[in-house]
Amino acid sequence: MSDYGTTLAGASAAPPAVPAEVARRRSYWIFILPAVVTVGAVILFPWVFTLWMSLNEWKLGESRHFIGFANYLRLAVDGRFRDALWHTLVYTALSVLAPLVLGTLAALIFNERLPLRGLLRGIFVMPMMATPVAVALVWTMMFNPQLGVLNYLLSLVGIGPQAWVFHPASVIPSLVMVETWQWTPLVMLIVLGGLATLPAEPYESADIDGATGWQKFRYITLPMIAPFLLLAGMIRTVDALKSFDIIYAITQGGPGTASETINLYLYSVAFAYYDVGYGSAIAVVFFVLIVALSLVLLHLRQRSKWNEIGDAG
Amino acid sequence: MTLRIFLRRTGLFFAVLVAISPALMFFVWMLSLSLKYEIDNGAYPPILIPDRFAWKNYAQILGSNNFLGFFENSVLVTGGATLAALLVGVPAGYGIARMKAHSAAVVVMIARMTPGLSFLIPLFLLFQWLGLMGTLWPQILIHLVVTVPIVIWIMIGYFETTPKELEEAAIIDGATQWQVFRLVALPIAKPGIVVAFILALIFSWNNFVFGIVLATRETRTLPVAVYNMLSFEQVSWGPLAAAALVVTLPVLILTVVAQRQIVAGLTAGAVKGG
Repeated sequence: MSDYGTTLAGASAAPPAVPAEVARRRSYWIFILPAVVTVGAVILFPWVFTLWMSLNEWKLGESRHFIGFANYLRLAVDGRFRDALWHTLVYTALSVLAPLVLGTLAALIFNERLPLRGLLRGIFVMPMMATPVAVALVWTMMFNPQLGVLNYLLSLVGIGPQAWVFHPASVIPSLVMVETWQWTPLVMLIVLGGLATLPAEPYESADIDGATGWQKFRYITLPMIAPFLLLAGMIRTVDALKSFDIIYAITQGGPGTASETINLYLYSVAFAYYDVGYGSAIAVVFFVLIVALSLVLLHLRQRSKWNEIGDAG
Repeated sequence: MTLRIFLRRTGLFFAVLVAISPALMFFVWMLSLSLKYEIDNGAYPPILIPDRFAWKNYAQILGSNNFLGFFENSVLVTGGATLAALLVGVPAGYGIARMKAHSAAVVVMIARMTPGLSFLIPLFLLFQWLGLMGTLWPQILIHLVVTVPIVIWIMIGYFETTPKELEEAAIIDGATQWQVFRLVALPIAKPGIVVAFILALIFSWNNFVFGIVLATRETRTLPVAVYNMLSFEQVSWGPLAAAALVVTLPVLILTVVAQRQIVAGLTAGAVKGG
């Protein structure tokens, strides 16, 4: 850390001809430099290297050939990739919608005056903070058709036993259930931050006009928290697209390949078949998909002028 | 009127109960699984509170399979990656906030959006080439992918809200840029640093995907070690649930104790980068 001190002493002794504002602006680079080096090494280098690897035929332990865009052409006709893409889109759509609806409902509840609000909110947030693999193992036990507690709970309300993650037809909805359980709290927190910014006046006038609770929600609350819902939806989209831990730990993409998403397929190609060239091409396509959505998120964020909600806690 | 208030309170009480029950029931069931003997875990209908507690599940986990060694790996990887991220990320957040270097911020945000696996392939090859495989270094270094963006994001947000007047006054008094950061900006930013520290710690501790590729038998972190217990022959639910609970217990305790900071950091981070 002490080298900052010496470098900065040098910077502040710059010739007085440089305007003070410019000198100050420039000298802040010293603070950013260590991060630039770190980010360059662990983030930028992998991006560039992946791009280059995707243009090569390269299996670990074998020789490498430059093949141009052949990996991408192979991807276009890869049926397993197409299936994985479809699974990813279904999984993502469901994993965005369910937490969005449930999270908004929960936010309306937690926005009320509650005793022990902090503790209750802490418990509510636990699923998203808990170690995903540990959580996945317990869900696997709960999904067990013979001994699992879920089928027992269903039997209490007169529903027959389900195959959950052990049948191709029900595996994705079951995994979405875990994902929803895990990430509804994040939506809740974002929407709760939105609710905290709402002014009281519209509600007072609505009360005078005799509006019902539903009308107030539909015509006042919902439009005003829309930017926050949009934001939560975008974040959920990105996170659901790249979901890995839960799926890998519970099904490893199975049964068969019924729950294999792009991320799971990428893992198999790169680290089970050691086909790092083709794996890199999948990574690039996957990355483009996610970054495109991230840029939409950024664009929407800069366009909307909602308040920062960082101090909502 | 009082009846209406009473009904409203009761309704709210049940609503809260419904809201927290999925989380509460899950962790209670996890605890129950971890404290039951095999015969109780296999019983139908399921037993919530057994007649006798199987404390041996915990003894078995803590006493065997190098569990303490894996715990030590987790502490070193998470501790190393979090401290390094603070060292690098706190000044960076300060610099980016003061320079209003939004393009730098965008790079960090896109990094947070990138799936971990796309970092893994190139870094895996790099670590092999450097001969680092088999040590903890690959995992400490790759966990920076998780911790550095979190710290930078939270610190940008925090330094943007701290007043600049004090820093300007210190510059007029002849303080160097480093002194201003060290003696004026840093002490004010302490709450923000705590938030960044807690979140980086949790997300690094929870990380699984880097470990399954980079960890060898000796360098497994706890999430990987627990996952690998599944592949043991005759795996029984009690010890497995106990192991899962031990891995995630530090995080759960931290979540409840520091929920204010975590909520503040998550919502700030969500708005800024997600």
